[in-house]
Amino acid sequence: MPLQPSITDLEQLKDSPAVGALQSASLVESAKFDRDELTIYVNRAGVKQACEILRERRETQFNFLSDITCVDVFPAEPRFEVIYHLLSHSQKDRVRLIARVPGGDPSIESIVGLWPAANFFEREVFDLFGIRFLGHPNLQRIMMPEDWEGHPLRKDYPVEGYR
Amino acid sequence: MILNMGPQHPSTHGVLRLLLEIDGETVVKCVPDIGYLHTGIEKTCEAKFYQQVVPLTDRIDYLCPMTNNLAYCLAVEKLIQLEIPPRAQYVRVLLNELTRINSHLVWLGTHALDIGAMTVFLYCFREREQLLKIFENVAGQRMMTSYFRIGGLALEPPLDFWQKVKDFIDKFPERVDEYEGLLTSNPIWVERTRGVAYISAEDCIALGVTGPSARGSGVDWDLRRDMPYSSYDKFKFKVPVSKDGDVYARYLLRVQELRESNGIARQALEGMPEGPVKADSPKIVLPDREKMKTQMEALIYHFKIVTEGFTVPAGEVYHAVESPRGEMGYYVRSDGTAKPYRVHMRAACFANLQALEKLCVGRLLADVVAAIGSIDIVLGEIDR
Repeated sequence: MPLQPSITDLEQLKDSPAVGALQSASLVESAKFDRDELTIYVNRAGVKQACEILRERRETQFNFLSDITCVDVFPAEPRFEVIYHLLSHSQKDRVRLIARVPGGDPSIESIVGLWPAANFFEREVFDLFGIRFLGHPNLQRIMMPEDWEGHPLRKDYPVEGYR
Repeated sequence: MILNMGPQHPSTHGVLRLLLEIDGETVVKCVPDIGYLHTGIEKTCEAKFYQQVVPLTDRIDYLCPMTNNLAYCLAVEKLIQLEIPPRAQYVRVLLNELTRINSHLVWLGTHALDIGAMTVFLYCFREREQLLKIFENVAGQRMMTSYFRIGGLALEPPLDFWQKVKDFIDKFPERVDEYEGLLTSNPIWVERTRGVAYISAEDCIALGVTGPSARGSGVDWDLRRDMPYSSYDKFKFKVPVSKDGDVYARYLLRVQELRESNGIARQALEGMPEGPVKADSPKIVLPDREKMKTQMEALIYHFKIVTEGFTVPAGEVYHAVESPRGEMGYYVRSDGTAKPYRVHMRAACFANLQALEKLCVGRLLADVVAAIGSIDIVLGEIDR
């Protein structure tokens, strides 16, 4: 199959219920439809609200939080992209939300209040990338030892480690 | 009183440490402590070529290596938009279902052993041995198979493979009857599991629980049926769902899944299409050995793929498959080079483990062992 170019024009994408719902709350920074997957870039401050809208609206019903992860695009700024994968059981559909977080102040609102599932996922991202989730009930390292220095999945952390 | 359980405890299925706050015999609080097996696989992936990541995906879950191979290969194939020949898809389905049987057998054996039924373990491992021999026959390895490749399979299965699988599939339903005869109506088993470690469907969805553990509570969701991949839409199978939400329900459900998986494997075997097992894409798929020795171009492509990998167009995908434990998802991002920019594994057990506190609190200390067994965790997958 030849690779189809991705659609990034918001005008074309606003028919999709997820983009439409978030646009009505003016949370969408940009969006793209690439390889049959919808990605919506949302404002860092609006992540929790966006998740809530996507979960509660009848036309979207993204009731399940599949995953939270992060990508470090060092040395570009804003440095981190926190990625949320939501799944809708009734629509049999997925959507990816991405919030860009600057390297100088790596913090974002926690969504543990919406899905308790976010608890471990956010701790993992905190541990490996050093992103602080504001309002998380127990933001501690989960994979690495408590006294570990640095955040291993950052791109400026060597693969072999410092030692 | 605070009681430390693990990390070296036989019923934690690996190196899980639990901090249990108990009041008499009743659990008040249960905090899992993980990370003992963290090996930084996600970081390692960023330093490898795309095809070199396949063996790493085996290592995160030693009970279902093929499922992880498949999830990763499907994600990269989606990035490249590579089409896989039907025969390769069918062999993938066949091996995935055998892997599911293998994983459920280990689960059943160890879970029963935890609760005190020794015999089941011996029976289950008898069949598991046959399966491992089949895997060795097809992939050359018993556990870390690494048999799937980006673009298809490593090689055509050997000629006696089909007969071996057929022999196994024909006998297996009787074997499941044997396990059920030992447990399903055994009064001690029922007493230890029925009504124990209850969790509701709403809690499952809120806590991110997937797979048999969620279906045991009535979440009617199976990626094989609801978001089919690798030609699962061509197979007929039932997705067992139970509303009881206790350890016994999860046990019955996995035993039913053993039978369904056997049925899928039989359909794959009987409907196996003819044709190649690799996609026709010489820049990505390694050539056959014979071609490599006789054709100049094949040799060049082989050299290029091995020494400098193949580039993958920039983009990002998330692909999830139904592993024996739930939703196993791979998020792969490419920046247009031959090495992945980021590989993230969404491990089913990692999310399922969060439900443990819900399962244990308010129950007896002895039920913690049953609860851990019933969510079927593999620590390699949790810690990665």
